[in-house]
Amino acid sequence: MTETPRNGEYDDWLDSIEDGEGYYVECDEGHGWLPPRRVCPDCGSRELHDEPLPDSGEIVTHTTITVATPQFEDDAPYVTAIADFGPVSITGLVRGVDPEDVSMADVVGIEVGERETTGERAVVFRPR
Amino acid sequence: MTDPRIAGAGVTQFGKHPERTGRDLFAEAGLEALDQSGVDPDDVEALYYGNFMGELAEHQGHQGPLMAEAIGVDAPATRLEAACASAGAAVREAVKTLRNGEADVVVVGGAERMTNIGTAVATDALAIAADDLFEVRAGMTFPGAYALMARAYFEEYGGSHEDLAHVAVKNHEHALVNEHAQIQKEISVEDALEAPTIAAPLGLYDSCPITDGAAAAVLTTDEYAEEHGLDAPVAISGTGQGGDNLALQDRPHLARTPAADKAAHEAYADAGIEADDVDVAEVHDCFTIAEVLAIESLGLFESGEGIHAATEGTTTRHGEMPVNLSGGLKAKGHPVGATGVAQLATIAWVLDGSHPRADAVPDGTVGVAHNAGGTVASTTVHVLEVKE
Repeated sequence: MTETPRNGEYDDWLDSIEDGEGYYVECDEGHGWLPPRRVCPDCGSRELHDEPLPDSGEIVTHTTITVATPQFEDDAPYVTAIADFGPVSITGLVRGVDPEDVSMADVVGIEVGERETTGERAVVFRPR
Repeated sequence: MTDPRIAGAGVTQFGKHPERTGRDLFAEAGLEALDQSGVDPDDVEALYYGNFMGELAEHQGHQGPLMAEAIGVDAPATRLEAACASAGAAVREAVKTLRNGEADVVVVGGAERMTNIGTAVATDALAIAADDLFEVRAGMTFPGAYALMARAYFEEYGGSHEDLAHVAVKNHEHALVNEHAQIQKEISVEDALEAPTIAAPLGLYDSCPITDGAAAAVLTTDEYAEEHGLDAPVAISGTGQGGDNLALQDRPHLARTPAADKAAHEAYADAGIEADDVDVAEVHDCFTIAEVLAIESLGLFESGEGIHAATEGTTTRHGEMPVNLSGGLKAKGHPVGATGVAQLATIAWVLDGSHPRADAVPDGTVGVAHNAGGTVASTTVHVLEVKE
């Protein structure tokens, strides 16, 4: 089987999280984004640089998905959440806790896990 | 400047038609629109066509010329894709083409075939409207995305799943007399609350069905309608479009829809109206929470108040501001690429009195259609007015 090409900057970003050196992209006006970015969508600045991703984030919304797509059928039910890391918010799968125990404002760390169904990498949040 | 007239419209029966091809669905809607309009097909100068997932569901790209051929129109055809707002975007292009004088008569429409690929694969296909890298790979589905918005809304403004259940009950009731509607079934608040969860807190009855269908309308300039003696009292007087970050995580607010705010402001300014002037609305209720967000963005209710509108009865057919008299996407169905024109057809029929729910707005002269794509990253709003 042919190997799927990497999604360049996205996979590099996952590598950085795996290596404990997660980062985000910040413009010279202080707006934060996830890579790849060549221009800040908020202010149009092209002066972008990498900054260390904060060590933890806070869940701002979450859902337990019971009816999944084929790509996630063996993962279901699973929790997808958006966590606010300060300069950026990130979407990830919440692992290491029962779905019913996930709450707003939970503090989570970020790591890279695998989808049960396909084995592909995914952003994972674990409660602190 | 012309306010394009809606000379005729056609909508197929929305529902599960897995063996019907998109080209035949669109032919049915388009030919009905042409027949209703009384326009000579040779006068049609362009087709603007909405479709989202034809490549995935039918292995068919480049659908514009195919659909023009299907309705017997020899004119340039352009397919527009803005996820679920594809047909709304098509209407906007059609309006601009008539206003700028490039054409006197155009057909606008859309179609989607979805049930042939099954619910799970259709859910997967729909998800490509989200950010693949940062959302889909983290498990996002569209029920999941709107569930995230619902929870954020409850956190910021209050409200409950029961309030959302009232939206579902209302729209199902509205659909009971709509011959085009996929679900003509009355439900109770209890039914909605007890239905299986799909993405917490949203359940089966918070979600629109997977739908096959098509819709089309014939639009003409004022001058053409008058010159040809067309019976076309309803005009599109305002058009607006707004955009937002694709991914939910990149937005400052998860409980608002700024793209729809922008589209509404633009459409109202274009039409010279204010929210208070609106008599009736068809909005994008792909999930119950989406209707709440929509009616707030349209300025019909304040932020945080839209959640109570169905519970209090304001948005029912007996209320002061009927919303989704067609049954909405929730009960009428949501063939993605067709929805924006089906909404337009509904408002036109309500305002001209021919819709089975027209009695809800007996003196209505202004309607709005709100069509949203993705998690409201694209939105179009159109204002329709009686111009007789």
